[in-house]
Amino acid sequence: MLKYLLEKEFKQIMRNKFIPRMIIAMPLFMMLIMPWAANQEVTNIRLTVVDNDRSITSDELVRKVVSSGYFIFQSVSDGSEEALRDVDAGKADIILDIPNGFEKDLQTERISGVMISSNSVNGTKGILGSSYLATIVNDFASSLSEDMMMVQPVLSNQNGKSFRIMPQYKFNPHLDYKVFMVPAIMVMLLTMITGFLPAFNIVGEKEAGTIEQINVTPTSRMQFILAKLIPYWCIGLIVFTLCMLLAVFVYSLIPVGSLLTIYIFAVVYIVAVSGMGLVVSNYSDTMQQAMFVMFFFIMIFLLMSGLLTPVASMPDWAQYITIFNPLKYFISVMRMVYLKGSGFAELVPHFLSLCGFAVVFNVWAILGYRKRN
Amino acid sequence: MSSVSVSRLSKSYNSIKALDNVSFDVSKGELFGIIGPDGAGKTTLFRLLTTLILPDCGSAVIEGLDVVNDYASVRRIIGYMPGRFSLYQDLTVEENLNFFATVFNTTVKENYHLIEDIYKHIEPFRTRRAGKLSGGMKQKLALSCALIHKPKVLFLDEPTTGVDPVSRKEFWEMLLKLKSQGITIIVSTPYMDEARLCDRIALMQNGKFLRIDSPDNITASYPYRLWAVTANNMHGLLNDLRACQYVKSSFSFGASCHVTIDESASAAMLDAYLSTRGYDDIGIKEIQPTVEDCFMLMLKEDAQ
Repeated sequence: MLKYLLEKEFKQIMRNKFIPRMIIAMPLFMMLIMPWAANQEVTNIRLTVVDNDRSITSDELVRKVVSSGYFIFQSVSDGSEEALRDVDAGKADIILDIPNGFEKDLQTERISGVMISSNSVNGTKGILGSSYLATIVNDFASSLSEDMMMVQPVLSNQNGKSFRIMPQYKFNPHLDYKVFMVPAIMVMLLTMITGFLPAFNIVGEKEAGTIEQINVTPTSRMQFILAKLIPYWCIGLIVFTLCMLLAVFVYSLIPVGSLLTIYIFAVVYIVAVSGMGLVVSNYSDTMQQAMFVMFFFIMIFLLMSGLLTPVASMPDWAQYITIFNPLKYFISVMRMVYLKGSGFAELVPHFLSLCGFAVVFNVWAILGYRKRN
Repeated sequence: MSSVSVSRLSKSYNSIKALDNVSFDVSKGELFGIIGPDGAGKTTLFRLLTTLILPDCGSAVIEGLDVVNDYASVRRIIGYMPGRFSLYQDLTVEENLNFFATVFNTTVKENYHLIEDIYKHIEPFRTRRAGKLSGGMKQKLALSCALIHKPKVLFLDEPTTGVDPVSRKEFWEMLLKLKSQGITIIVSTPYMDEARLCDRIALMQNGKFLRIDSPDNITASYPYRLWAVTANNMHGLLNDLRACQYVKSSFSFGASCHVTIDESASAAMLDAYLSTRGYDDIGIKEIQPTVEDCFMLMLKEDAQ
């Protein structure tokens, strides 16, 4: 019986003009474009310089800042006021204000200062921009002191006892944001395909009235639901595999941990999110309702999953909410396995949580369905 | 032994009584019609009998199987054709038929003799998607799909609504053929001419059965003499008839008005009344009541 139902589902999916194309286009788009766009490195900060000194040293500083690659040199302003007007007009994001007598002060008094002002409407951009700039100025100062052996570091501590910090970035040595995003994007895709599509399919049958015709046949509920889920489970796993291949070829990203661990988690995760989709489909009579409810949950799940912003930096109450977010667990598992090579043993808490979601959602879906008939 | 036996069946949606204490029996191989206006509760009754919803109280037994407790077995022996076309529009005619045969664990070949007369009309379009069929062909396909597992009881909810007169006629010829093969058929329809083709009909209103009888008995029991009245100005005729003091009822029936009058009055008096109102070409003749006349009368009595 299930065989015939599955045959019908696959026929319908393949016959649909939209779904098969979407299934190919979505992963391609998300995997090829998202990691570049959803990048939290801040670059292209527009810089305006107020050089009151107009000396060789100040020139060199400006050149050094511009050549760092983070900044786009916008203009040289004659005074602070003009520079601020540029910021107001949205032409510049950050101001580097070099005081008059900068070079002279450095040579005679061995100490001087520059002022950095940044537009912090976009907080991340403002903070990161000024910290980049400060780092560059610091570097510049210490290189000056090495060169001249007489000039104290500009912004360092008193007495010139400067020390250097050599950070070592574990697991992602080049701080490549794409490497961090790609595993999470795979989770997003899997959620859409196995969570959304079967739910919409079931609600679609409700809307078309075809579910009535199925309900008067001896087909059991379990068979009907399984026939809806299995095709999307298969498609989900295929797309997931395709994404991993894309990651290898496009981003040279090969999981450090084992593939088996990834697949075990993927399967449990698929069962959990498709269960969630079923719950939504139970309570929706129209596609519009189902779409809206799914959209609502997926927005919250994505924003609170650590996909873009670390869960640890959320306020406490928000962190409690993320406990109920299946995406959070799978995203962190994917990153741990992909980047750190974590083994199954370390991921047991995540595994149990995901199993919990799978059980709760599916039991809820089955009970909910019974009740309404 | 009766094929379908319903006793004191009720179903409410919130405060609305969709079905109110309905009881009836349908014998094997009977063609049973349910006639009633929209919202009378016909579809609710069908959905209860086809195990899609649960009754609030009362019971229904189909071929000895209870629709609540033995719903799984009931589903194997009934065919249901909902009022709204509910086959897969993105599957072809052939695929739909095959699909419904296989979910009932049978094949098209096995029961082809049952649907042959119907299916041959749509066979030329067997590779067409069901959604692209015309209304009449959709109904034929839906009937084929409802029949493909050789059900003992067939439920048809307004199968001919929105179908052209020729297809309607063909459809009913098929039903009569199916009946002759011993399949019990329960059909609802808003068309009174179709009601005459049923063995028995139930007149339904506000979730209640007003009466169950054969069409002949129903028309024979019409208590009044019935007159068909025509005149040159049909437009005002109905209102003027209703305004007349000894006219008991008057309904517009196509080209004439069907009128009942007080026993004390006569056709000649009616003629005279209309003449004074300025009508010409007045025609008044006695006619046999139709099912519709009976139905209108019963609705009126029920309202009082």
